[in-house]
Amino acid sequence: MSDFTSGFWPIYITLITLASIIGTWVFLKSQTTRRFAPGEKAELMEHTWDGDLQDLNNPLPRWWLGLFYGTMIFGLGYLALWPGLGNFAGLLGWTSKGEYQAEVKAAEAKFQPVYARFMKEDIATVAADPNARTIGKHLFLTYCSQCHGSDATGARGFPNLTDNDWLYGGDPETIQATITNGRNAAMPAWGPILGAEKVRQVANYVLSLSGRKHDATLAAAGKTVFADNCAACHMPDGTGMKAMGAPNLTDKVRLYGGSEATIIETITKGRNGVMPALSQTLGTTSNKEAKLHLLAAYVYGLSHQQ
Amino acid sequence: MITHENIEKNLGLLIVLTILIVSVGGLVQIVPLFFQTSTTTPVEGLKPYTALQLAGRDIYIREGCVGCHSQMIRPFRAETERYGHYSVAGEYVYDRPFLWGSKRTGPDLARVGGRYSNDWQVAHLMNPRDVVPESIMPAYPWLDRPLHDPGIQAKMRTLDLVGHGYTEQEIADAPAALKGKTELDAVIAYLQVLGTHAPKN
Repeated sequence: MSDFTSGFWPIYITLITLASIIGTWVFLKSQTTRRFAPGEKAELMEHTWDGDLQDLNNPLPRWWLGLFYGTMIFGLGYLALWPGLGNFAGLLGWTSKGEYQAEVKAAEAKFQPVYARFMKEDIATVAADPNARTIGKHLFLTYCSQCHGSDATGARGFPNLTDNDWLYGGDPETIQATITNGRNAAMPAWGPILGAEKVRQVANYVLSLSGRKHDATLAAAGKTVFADNCAACHMPDGTGMKAMGAPNLTDKVRLYGGSEATIIETITKGRNGVMPALSQTLGTTSNKEAKLHLLAAYVYGLSHQQ
Repeated sequence: MITHENIEKNLGLLIVLTILIVSVGGLVQIVPLFFQTSTTTPVEGLKPYTALQLAGRDIYIREGCVGCHSQMIRPFRAETERYGHYSVAGEYVYDRPFLWGSKRTGPDLARVGGRYSNDWQVAHLMNPRDVVPESIMPAYPWLDRPLHDPGIQAKMRTLDLVGHGYTEQEIADAPAALKGKTELDAVIAYLQVLGTHAPKN
């Protein structure tokens, strides 16, 4: 603990602490009068309050003195065993950090073999293992459920993980990469570029791609707008591009909603969904690689039930 | 000799001795903290809150978030597994007042920065059940209104008095940094920086 800015402070702490304990002890001793002999009465003090209130000079009660001395002895014992007196670490050498590290080490010794076994298997195999699924579910509830829901069916703007429809790809390696490093969707805002009229046209074309109710005239006009502006990521046929996370527009799955108004909003303002990198979230926790492996397997298993 | 009788009858002596006794704890436990490197040195990378983050922090205080959310991860495995590295003193150098909290009705927020996307934070503050159906957190829909914080420069100057080190430029730019922002933007800016300088090992 060379943590103090000067060597004065440990001495300061030690002196005040010990002086206060010893001082209290001496003071208490000086105020302790002898025990009364059987039948002896306490002396009457030389003052009366409120006309007739009298004060007897009784000795301090023994049980109370016992408690006080006991507390001081406990305090001295504590200061000898644990840190408290300046730089003195205590005879036990205890630190909160040491206790934490011992706890982590014990847990690692217990869980390492369990994790090690799963690390040897590929994600698809782990996904089929009921024990791995139980661990994976707990990890999912801790780290993923806040956005994707405890049943993994997602919410508006947060993908459903159970439907086997994937923005970035659903093979085990891609899922693990998504979880580990996160994803940043980058659909630009087309409103300022296209203008409201063209946005409406292309929105109706997008509606037509998935066979929803749409205005055929607008959709026909939107087809060229789509080919000129959207096809680069969503592909000319609208089936999307997983490398960019550009969704397939020909199916019925819509992350933000499939109404005309929502699609117009999406095109006008763009969408920038963010999946945080779990390697960051997991930070310094132990068995990080194994956790990512088990989570990838759990998520993979959600849409590949055996 | 000091007897109980002459302490009780001498008010001045009684006051002096009382002050002496009750100050021992503070002298030993509080005063040395101002002279400890680990409590006075910011952790690597930690910066004073920007104007927007500072305004957001005041909204966090105003809405009473600290009543249900702590900002203090204790060195227990059960906590570090869920939240990340345990908190260290140097992370709170620019927290005046500190918002450690003492009760967790909701989760600890000391490492919440970057853990969720801004979109999630917006959806969650507007109505937590839109994203977490099981949540018991109240909704804060009124946060989606313009941020009004005329005292921002005075606040930054006050914090400078205790060593936050805002430059004149930063203070001059503060009102512009808050312009056009909502309270929601400010709170999220604050939340997204929490714990981003956690120890890396």
